[in-house]
Amino acid sequence: MKKIIIALVMVSFSGLVNASMKLHLDEANIDLTDKSSLQRGAKLFANYCLNCHSASFMRYKRMGEDLGISDKLVAENLIFSDDKVGDLMKVAMTTEDGASWFGTPPPDLSVIARAKGAGSEGADWLYTYFRSFYVDKSRPFGVNNTVFKDVGMPHVLWELQGVQKLLNADDVKQHGAAPEFALVSTGSMTVEEYDTAARDLTNFLVYVGEPSKLKRLGLGGWVLAFLAFFFLVAYALKKEYWKDVH
Amino acid sequence: MSMLDKTLGWVDERFPLTKLWTDHMSAYYAPKNFNFWYFFGSLALLVLVLQIFTGIWLTMNYNPDETLAFASVEYIMRDVEWGWLIRYLHSTGASAFFIIVYLHMFRGLMYGSYKKPRELIWLFGMFIYLALMAEAFMGYLLPWGQMSYWGAQVIISLFGAVPFVGEELAIWIRGDFVISGATLNRFFAFHVIALPIVLLGLVVAHIIALHEVGSNNPDGVEIKKVKGADGIPLDGIPFHPYYSVKDIVGVIVFLFFFSLVIFFMPELGGWFLEKDNFVPANPLQTPEHIVPLWYFTPFYAILRAVPTIGVSQFPGVVAMGMSIVFLFLLPWLDRSPVKSIRYRGGIYKFALAVFVISFIVLGWLGTKPAGGNYLIASQAFSILYFLFFILMPWYTTIDKTKPVPERVTSK
Repeated sequence: MKKIIIALVMVSFSGLVNASMKLHLDEANIDLTDKSSLQRGAKLFANYCLNCHSASFMRYKRMGEDLGISDKLVAENLIFSDDKVGDLMKVAMTTEDGASWFGTPPPDLSVIARAKGAGSEGADWLYTYFRSFYVDKSRPFGVNNTVFKDVGMPHVLWELQGVQKLLNADDVKQHGAAPEFALVSTGSMTVEEYDTAARDLTNFLVYVGEPSKLKRLGLGGWVLAFLAFFFLVAYALKKEYWKDVH
Repeated sequence: MSMLDKTLGWVDERFPLTKLWTDHMSAYYAPKNFNFWYFFGSLALLVLVLQIFTGIWLTMNYNPDETLAFASVEYIMRDVEWGWLIRYLHSTGASAFFIIVYLHMFRGLMYGSYKKPRELIWLFGMFIYLALMAEAFMGYLLPWGQMSYWGAQVIISLFGAVPFVGEELAIWIRGDFVISGATLNRFFAFHVIALPIVLLGLVVAHIIALHEVGSNNPDGVEIKKVKGADGIPLDGIPFHPYYSVKDIVGVIVFLFFFSLVIFFMPELGGWFLEKDNFVPANPLQTPEHIVPLWYFTPFYAILRAVPTIGVSQFPGVVAMGMSIVFLFLLPWLDRSPVKSIRYRGGIYKFALAVFVISFIVLGWLGTKPAGGNYLIASQAFSILYFLFFILMPWYTTIDKTKPVPERVTSK
């Protein structure tokens, strides 16, 4: 019995240790109703991601409709291949090419926000990831990432963010401390501007992960309200019938 | 005689329509003292129907091909009108089914519903539970995500632990050396045709057996023992309209919580839809933790708690099998003269509490990595789980019971 109690205590304790070693994620605080943020995110996505990463479950047209961008504007500004607006967001790069160039093929990003965690966790992961590239000469592309260790991807957004170095590498590695960065060279954006860009891109990826999310959330309240009303009616009916049960 | 009466008369001469209605609804006398725990039978039926209907509509656009399955689910989520709703209804319905069935089974344990003369109802119910587990397991492969793939890989390789024929058996089940398109196709066939037919047949048998002997109740009193001059049990009320109107209330309350999940948190923090299942199946990349969905984790914890013999996991597989076999044997393990927990002594109450806690804790441990203290805890709680059954003939005999009243208590 003693052993069991000790084991239980240890289990709960080890849970705490695990929690403290968890990844440090910054809150993305995205807003799916913010269409201009989503539009900026779509622009970043089309310009920086959609060359190597596909979003092959998503159609350009649906994206345009949801984000308030006309078919014409989508075709002119967001499609860089000879795809039509009704097509899926695929890329020309083959899986084999991707594997030989990057070591591992760049994953499809349609549901990446959902694959990185339920609720807001996926968004926080992406937002932190975009802002956590740092110089690491031992890596093939010269950069590493504190959120995704030894990631095969170069820091595609470096010209926007600039290049940063990790100040407390040992602390991060050994004690799971929050990483601290310092810019080595500046990009075309200020830190605040880049954070906003990262948030916009995250927002867009969360949208792409589940395009019907806003509709789902909007409908939910009505469904619950209807059920609550229906409950009152059904309960009154039950009461009425059960009057004669003694 | 109205047109409707004429038609009904015409049908009744050829098919016992009115008889069925009276036997099973308007003149099926159920005890009047059903409480909260008696909602879950009708709710299970509701969810079964819901799963069948949403399943039919999902099948219209789902593609059981290893190169297309994952994409076809996302196609349903995006391009099919209301596809997202149908899919969430189905994925949430699977978990809801197990929540309801577990509560339904717990009700049986509390009020001794499996005891004579209801042993067959319990057995049919247990077969429903088995079929449901197979149905859920095979259905979970269909989205063809990482957890679909590796979960199936782990569970099916367990058959490989059977001595002598194990390897061959596992290959025979998969139709391949690893989980592949062949496995996906056959699981699809089982999930959408074979198992639903089995489930429906068993549910009918479960209900026929129930209506033959009549429902138990929170007092564990046989209402048929005290009948009025008209031959109707004094404590019985016709199922329709009394319980049909009452069950509607239960249905709405259930749908409220069900909708809360569907519309506001369909992943339920990763418990109903795991994040790893949003990554397409990749036979070359094993996920860090392979965890079955929550409703299997108690048994998974028992499986891992048992030490291997050499490299063979067979003892664990046997233990996992036994953990379910014991449930089948409950009607014969329980020697108590009373049914309901209301009239049982402290020992049974304590044993049941320990059992429920063990089941829940094992469920939690099943989601954790196997090793260290998690393993020791799994072993301890597995032992408690089995002791509930193994010691039952003894502790139900010595337990002090209270006298059971003639008639049901309260309303």
